[in-house]
Amino acid sequence: MAITSVKNLKEFSTANDRFEGSHLLCPGCAHSMIVRELMNATDDNLVVASSTGCLEVCTAVYPYTSWDTSWIHIGFENSATAASCAEAMYKARKKKGTLPNPDAPVKFVAFGGDGATYDIGFQWLSGAMERGHDFTYICLDNENYANTGGQRSSSTPIGASTSTAQAGTHSYGKTQKKKDIVAIMAAHGAPYVAQLAPNKWKSMAKGFQKALETEGPCFINTVSACTTEWKFDPKDTISITDLATDSLMFPIYEIINGTELNILYRPKNIIPVEDYLGAQGRYRHLFKPENRHVIERIQKDIDEKWEYLQRREEARV
Amino acid sequence: MSTGVLGTEKRGIRELGAEEKVGWDEVTRGVVLNSFEGDASNVAHQKAEERQYADFNSYTATVASWRIIKPVYNRDICIDCQNCWVWCPDTSIISRDKQMLGIDYDHCKGCGVCVEVCPTNPKSLLMFSEAKEQEEALAEWPEKKKKEKK
Repeated sequence: MAITSVKNLKEFSTANDRFEGSHLLCPGCAHSMIVRELMNATDDNLVVASSTGCLEVCTAVYPYTSWDTSWIHIGFENSATAASCAEAMYKARKKKGTLPNPDAPVKFVAFGGDGATYDIGFQWLSGAMERGHDFTYICLDNENYANTGGQRSSSTPIGASTSTAQAGTHSYGKTQKKKDIVAIMAAHGAPYVAQLAPNKWKSMAKGFQKALETEGPCFINTVSACTTEWKFDPKDTISITDLATDSLMFPIYEIINGTELNILYRPKNIIPVEDYLGAQGRYRHLFKPENRHVIERIQKDIDEKWEYLQRREEARV
Repeated sequence: MSTGVLGTEKRGIRELGAEEKVGWDEVTRGVVLNSFEGDASNVAHQKAEERQYADFNSYTATVASWRIIKPVYNRDICIDCQNCWVWCPDTSIISRDKQMLGIDYDHCKGCGVCVEVCPTNPKSLLMFSEAKEQEEALAEWPEKKKKEKK
């Protein structure tokens, strides 16, 4: 199986892009960075299913499509179902000998936003993971329903102001914690589950290659900084993601077979989470004296999570 | 086969008659946009200029009107690190054989990510007003910044 080399960035840059420009995502959107990094990591034929969300509505605006692979748009909830059904049919037709080109390597990939993954498509995703189809699910996690005006989702972290959990005199934004989707997917016993970020392109490309090679359902959660709803300048997408990974708001790790946890990136200097929160407009209210306790709580949660991840990595269970 | 009020026949959607049975492994076509003309099985091994894009492919469209500022590329300073290529969200950095060739102004939206991730001193990509000519921008390029002594 031929796969693009990701040894260094120069080698990687010889990949032929299969995600075209002139899609209508916002300038500086991390979605398209992630999709490009992933699709450039392989030269296999891909069958892609996209749930409704920013990625879907912006890359297939009639009469244009930005995808140079087989691509299907399906409902908000069931990109995992579409990918797993395509995979099941492919297997059946291969067995029957009715495929026109049975030797071509084909991989099945489903994309969904955090709304489609954490909330609306959760049951469908869980079902596909349980049935054990050979596909990879990518969640583009921008922590809100950005396509419809930035409503809260169960991925929105505590303290963030969204259009349906607004900060004001009586509220500091969302009061609930973010759902730990990576742990939930690992608990399905999936052979490969990871949390990756676009600023670490190498671990992203390698993680995707690993997921494609692995037989069975794989899940990758990717951090997608949203310039519109996180409220920062479009040019800062990568530096915000750097702050996210270095403050350990988004630790980068993988879980193999539901148990074996590997941390893929350890920041040399762990920065306080305040630096990450302060760079975004959606957390501005937390710096008022009466909301300071929320920042302390976020920092405490992060420290505990990092301690937990390190212990799990060491214990290999 | 009746066309009905919706004119399904005209729209290319096949209606199922009583005598016409579709097997479980036959899919009725919905709306399909072809990204390429003819055979597209080798696309992963073709550069953009070798491909036969169909009119449906967004490669043939442009979003240049979104820009108010544009990145300008200075070949003399560039070290071909490819940071701009990997993080460009709009596939607008043209890179061939490990070398950065320039910017695709048809697809660039002017977000400025490429300038932010450029590691050289001075930067080999800078944002200028959309109206500024390329030569004019290159003539205004800043000098190398000296390291401040601590």
